[in-house]
Amino acid sequence: MSSNGLVIEAENMVKRFGRFVANDNLTFSVSKGEIFGFLGANGAGKTTAIRILCGLSRPTSGKIRVAGYDVYTETEKIKRRIGYMSQRFSLYEDLTVIENFRFFGGIYGLKRAVIMERAQNMLSRLGIKHFENTVISELPLGIRQKLAFSVSILHTPELVFLDEPTGGVDPITRRQFWEMIHEAAASGITVFVTTHYMDEAEYCNRVSIMVDGKIEALDTPEKLKTKYQAQNMNEVFLKLARKTN
Amino acid sequence: MATEVSIHCENLTKTYGSVTALAGISFKVSKGEIFGFIGPDGAGKTSLFRILATLLLPDNGTASVEGLDVVNDYKKLRHLLGYMPGRFSLYQDLSVAENLQFFAGIFKADINENYYLIRDIYEQIAPFARRRAGKLSGGMKQKLALCCALIHKPVVLILDEPTTGVDAISRQEFWEMLIRLKQEHITILVATPYMDEAVLCDRVALIQHGEIMAIDTPENITLAYPYQLFRIKSSNTLNTIRLMKEFEGILSAEMFGDTVHVSAEKGRINANAIIKYLSEKGMKVTAVSEADPGIEDCFIHLMKRSGVVSNKIKTP
Amino acid sequence: MVILFGMPLVQVLLFGFAITNEIRDAKVSVVDPTPDAVTHALRNKLFASGFFIESEILNSQEEIAENFRKGESKMVVIFENNFSGKMERGEHPTVQLIADASDPNTASMLVNYANGIISEFNREQRAASGIPLIIAEPRMIYNPALKGVYMFVPGIITILLMLVSAMMTSISIAREKELGTMEVLLVSPLRPFNIIAGKVIPYVLLSFINAISILLLSYYVFGVPVKGSVLLLLAESILFIILALSLGIFISTIANNQQTAMMLSMFAMMLPTILLSGFIFPIENMPEVLQWLSLAMPPRWFIQIIKSIMLKGSGISYFWKETLILTFMAMIFIVASIRKFKIRLA
Repeated sequence: MSSNGLVIEAENMVKRFGRFVANDNLTFSVSKGEIFGFLGANGAGKTTAIRILCGLSRPTSGKIRVAGYDVYTETEKIKRRIGYMSQRFSLYEDLTVIENFRFFGGIYGLKRAVIMERAQNMLSRLGIKHFENTVISELPLGIRQKLAFSVSILHTPELVFLDEPTGGVDPITRRQFWEMIHEAAASGITVFVTTHYMDEAEYCNRVSIMVDGKIEALDTPEKLKTKYQAQNMNEVFLKLARKTN
Repeated sequence: MATEVSIHCENLTKTYGSVTALAGISFKVSKGEIFGFIGPDGAGKTSLFRILATLLLPDNGTASVEGLDVVNDYKKLRHLLGYMPGRFSLYQDLSVAENLQFFAGIFKADINENYYLIRDIYEQIAPFARRRAGKLSGGMKQKLALCCALIHKPVVLILDEPTTGVDAISRQEFWEMLIRLKQEHITILVATPYMDEAVLCDRVALIQHGEIMAIDTPENITLAYPYQLFRIKSSNTLNTIRLMKEFEGILSAEMFGDTVHVSAEKGRINANAIIKYLSEKGMKVTAVSEADPGIEDCFIHLMKRSGVVSNKIKTP
Repeated sequence: MVILFGMPLVQVLLFGFAITNEIRDAKVSVVDPTPDAVTHALRNKLFASGFFIESEILNSQEEIAENFRKGESKMVVIFENNFSGKMERGEHPTVQLIADASDPNTASMLVNYANGIISEFNREQRAASGIPLIIAEPRMIYNPALKGVYMFVPGIITILLMLVSAMMTSISIAREKELGTMEVLLVSPLRPFNIIAGKVIPYVLLSFINAISILLLSYYVFGVPVKGSVLLLLAESILFIILALSLGIFISTIANNQQTAMMLSMFAMMLPTILLSGFIFPIENMPEVLQWLSLAMPPRWFIQIIKSIMLKGSGISYFWKETLILTFMAMIFIVASIRKFKIRLA
């Protein structure tokens, strides 16, 4: 992490594919321990931006640092310090819970004893220690998603990217999931999250709304609602995203 | 709604091996109604919709659509149905216009004759008429799929999670279209995991683990919420939850946005008591107010009442 | 898993047994107008070698031609009139070896073997009595230049038709299942027959165009003759295409995604087709079990049919049996796939 307490610093981030501008001059920063909601319509450029921030794709121009490292030259270092979880890919279905922990811990070079200790800790906090040796495919979706999140922060990354983490889960799990996110943030992990559930935006400390490759708004949910005279974040989103149509 | 019945299910069950998808489901849908099935993945929505779309045979129970039995009269019924499966179900390498022509063709429908039905929707995707369907954005794909399901002017429209994975704007627009279709007296059955979409339906069924937990208008469902709900805004949400869980008379304390939702038996506690308690524990409380329960609160309540604990293992 | 680990083993075994280039028990007929001690001795020597088995004794040119067209023998050995008489007179009697070169490899091998046996016979005879040599005159019919292309064209037509028809239909139907479009088609008033026909007709046309273009190419570029009726050839091709397509549909009723459809048609169909149809490796040379298996391979029959039409110029009367077998197989697959094609999801 850099000295100024910022985990993501993006200045005039641009990504072009031929003549198409996917990310148009994005400037934003995310500080340590923050829960940052990254919203936008399909095709607004969210995926492109996340790929750049994860070090998977090279930006066309702009000054971007993630966890204190440069996204042009230090992608390997960035990758060691971030976690990633998405609805589509989370855990290996035919491995058991503990095997998944061991596998993903191993990828990040954690010692076996450390993995086991942290895994036990996480499992008991989720109250699912008895599932330790259960194969993932036999677990309900809600538990799988919670486990996937636990695995993604097993190596205590500085920053974790959550790509639509709550798609299709039941509402109890969804609220518990957000409680977990808040606990992780309280322990100092920065959370960068995308979602299509606009009510979930209210769980974030700050929210950015992307429209056609640009960040149209960035503030706390509270201030956004006041500014756009909206009851909830859904209205804010609709007002912003429809402006351009 | 004492009108004619469009869909009638009686005690439907369906199991796959030892997994129960539907555990005896009964309901009626009136003609011209927008009826929502709200529930998370794996609740049984897709199995139910496939049975109604004549694609799946129920193990037990009966189901009829427009007076036609889904098992015996499937050939006649297939003329009346418009069905949109959960997966993207268009020909990826045909263009937008070709897809529409194709689906009109298989139903022997005349696009011009029924165009008024889809005009509002199709005009939005018309600028991309020559683009391949596979290259459309998620929202556009769903709009095209809806056009294709509508082009033969079905009597009953069965939409399996049409808005999943679609952004909030496209979802909003999609619903506006459905509400407009109501004027054509098309019965619309729609499944969704988004609780906030419930209020857009005439009636909803909350479904979980193959059982209907409640079935009513969205207003009545929230009115039937038996507890009192408080919304607490404080400097530290996580600590507030922890503290409130120890508070006498509390049924649940959950995070809800930047606030905490606390439920209790009606009249058991009041806002002042909460403020006093939290302040004594050293919390800075910004506001405590009584909150109106949403569909999500009701869903959670019903899940807990039916003993559905999310930490339960799937029936092996 | 079974496919992943089992198929390679099966393939290796198939290859190992099928690729034997030695010839055993090839059917050979004999023309011996004036049988005597010498011709008998030579005939015994030929058939005692194990390479050949005696098929028929023929008496006239017409019978020889008929015999070849029916495919009853691979080679005919013709002894000259008054064989031993000539030998005693110090002349050189001839033995004609006429081989069916529509399969050039087998034909030249047969002739070589026979030549070898005859020269050994010569050596023995000379050692015994010093009587002059018998002259062997090899002759190839249907493909005198022993062009490999004569053999490959029928095989390639067969394999391509199989590939395009069976593999493409099975994959395209599996694709619909995978993408979810099949769900919508099923809910529509279309009947299974319509859905299948809609899938199949484009491929019938495509395969047919393919077949014609291969034929044109081989005729004009490689000079492969079409001695028989072109119309008959095309009709038989359509029969085979329909058979291959119905096989493809049948596969797609089993496979639920493109990958499985691909694996099934590749491993379970294509390779055995290439190996067991007699396209590359003569069926006569295979172990008996594989010979039995090859009876169930539709391409085997089709290759025989097109070879007869193109190279031998025979008419339907010579291969009505094969045609009937193909028709029968097609019917089985069509009925099976219509019965298996589900009007609902699993």
